Amino acid sequence: MRVLGLDIGSRSVDAVWLEGGRPLDAAVTDSGFDPQAAARTFVDRGEHDVIVATGYGRHAAREAFGCEVVTEIKAYALGASVLFPEAASVLDIGGQDTKVIALGPGGKVIDFEMNDKCAAGTGKFLEVMAKALGFDLEEMAAAALAADGSGIQISSMCTVFAESEVTGLVHRGADRAAVARGLHDSIAKRTLSSLKRVGATGPLVFAGGVAKNAAMVELVRTGFDGEVLVPEESQTVGALGAALSHGAGAHE
Amino acid sequence: MTETAAPDYHQMWAELGLDLPTHDMLLQAVGGMYGDAYLTQPNRPEGTGYLDFVLSEVHGLRIKELDDFRKQGGKVVGTFCLYVPEEIVRAAGAWCVGLCAGAEFAYDQVEQIMPRNTCALIKSFMGFKLAKVCPYIESSDLVIGETTCDGKKKAYELLGDIHNVYVMELPQTKDAKALAFWRERVAELMAKVEELTGNKVTADSLRTAIKEVNDKRRALQRIAATFKADPVPMSGKDRLLATQIAFYDDVPRFTQMMNTLADELEARVARGEGVAPKGAKRVLVTGTPMAIPNWKLHDIIEKAGAVVVGEEMCTGSRYYQDLVSEDATTLDEMIDDIAEKYLDINCACFTPNQGRIDDVVRMAKDLGADGVIDYTLNFCGLYAMEQHSVEDAVKAAGLPVLRIETDYSMEDVGQLSTRVEAFLEML
Ligand code: SF4
Ligand code: SF4
Repeated sequence: MRVLGLDIGSRSVDAVWLEGGRPLDAAVTDSGFDPQAAARTFVDRGEHDVIVATGYGRHAAREAFGCEVVTEIKAYALGASVLFPEAASVLDIGGQDTKVIALGPGGKVIDFEMNDKCAAGTGKFLEVMAKALGFDLEEMAAAALAADGSGIQISSMCTVFAESEVTGLVHRGADRAAVARGLHDSIAKRTLSSLKRVGATGPLVFAGGVAKNAAMVELVRTGFDGEVLVPEESQTVGALGAALSHGAGAHE
Repeated sequence: MTETAAPDYHQMWAELGLDLPTHDMLLQAVGGMYGDAYLTQPNRPEGTGYLDFVLSEVHGLRIKELDDFRKQGGKVVGTFCLYVPEEIVRAAGAWCVGLCAGAEFAYDQVEQIMPRNTCALIKSFMGFKLAKVCPYIESSDLVIGETTCDGKKKAYELLGDIHNVYVMELPQTKDAKALAFWRERVAELMAKVEELTGNKVTADSLRTAIKEVNDKRRALQRIAATFKADPVPMSGKDRLLATQIAFYDDVPRFTQMMNTLADELEARVARGEGVAPKGAKRVLVTGTPMAIPNWKLHDIIEKAGAVVVGEEMCTGSRYYQDLVSEDATTLDEMIDDIAEKYLDINCACFTPNQGRIDDVVRMAKDLGADGVIDYTLNFCGLYAMEQHSVEDAVKAAGLPVLRIETDYSMEDVGQLSTRVEAFLEML
């Protein structure tokens, strides 16, 4: 049986095709204005027997495709623990949300936390800040990585306030790289305290789009007490987990 | 219960000074929310028909009853908090109605007089007042506030500018000194309502009131007890609604209807009949009160396939779990008993408030909960502060906890559903 796992997020729609527990193919596309339409392009390939959807668009997908649904939390837990059976916790920083999960045996969720309704500290946040600094995303991460961490602190995590804080700093002639470093530092700090709150231990699987950001990975690695693993396909962990949840006591 | 089409109440609403177009809008919105949350539920017990009826007439028939009562010289007293003893009000011949509001309304007007970061409960009742859409407050000859949280204390000052408000001073601890102090405040309240109604409270009238209000609580206790069963005989949402309605419905009638509902629920339990499959995940909810039409969290939980087996909140067990002693013979003893029972309520405005933590753990065990959701309105510092102790105690009892901070808006429903569903998957 072929299972199509869909992770329908606000920034991207990710797909993984699975057969007998082994991934056959994976794909990622922008959500655009109509995430369900983006998801439909994968469904229309007709290369599946069953669909399981996760992500914020999962309920709409259930309406549209009559598929099974599973939450992102369970999907990431399953995906991460199949990629890394030794994983004890998961961190996912996606386009608009952040989740941390403490895992028990067999990828069971023991505790989790998600950020609140705003985009503080997420991929979207980094995009806005990069723009304010006149960098593209990679440049910003590279600059942050190269800068030393003694300098600037960003006190605000609200996207709107942080943006004006950053603009203010740049206007006062602050070093852009140091500001970039400050931004990454503050996100890492927030993330690490969230990990602490759920009692996350190593090895930690760092997934989601922001796991491609070398500076974030480095800072989490430095601050986290345990090993940090980054999957090669960090963006499709949720879709993989959704596909894996089929037959594994999927909810609803 | 009548089968004829609902009469037109616009005349009455206009006489109460409501803003009719805005009020129509509100009623329509509440009707829509109700239909979506309640009328879509399968296999509801027949007794919930009464709840449907009362809710559909929430600004109609019940207001008409209050209106008729007032036209015959009766007085209506509005309250916001569990600490105001209904027995005293009734014994003086007045009727009590709850005024808490559970919908976002006219926040733009509210935010001109209070800070944005005020909890939804306060903003909402103020919004209802300022926008002139609440027939209950407009029917209240007197509003009784209380010094619980800082937000409410200050809000009563603002409300006092535009309505007849009396504030009871509540102590912040529960020792003997505090009880003596509180007992005096209860006696003062009695004098205040006596003055309002022109009726003296007597041992007989207070005894009757104690019995009536206890009977209402007993009926709700019976309903609550049926949720120990698996499957549950009714949705948690319907139980919440019953408690919400208890705050403003006619006391003897409501008691009778709830006892009928309890009979039906007990029979369902005996037959093993329920509204959710046996083995559905069971959640206990604790935290800040949920006023009509705030059904948001219950709706999310139950639409995700779980059941809410109880509420440790003011619109829940705190309202009905304790009774006033019925043994007293003199008026003075009765006032003692009332003061004592009311001071026993476990609100986070008291310190310490271990009683609440113990209640949460006990209820979770009694009701066979698989997990606890701790619900707090944004900007409610008191309950947010207690989340930590609640979480520790529940975890120590071996159950997981999900903390939720939200308000009345629907913006975060998607996010909340994800968190609630993930929590349920975890149980
Ligand atoms: S939570 Fe406290 S202040 Fe609010 S109604 Fe209940 S007892 Fe009163
Ligand atoms: S929810 Fe909290 S802040 Fe709001 S009225 Fe109740 S105690 Fe006060």
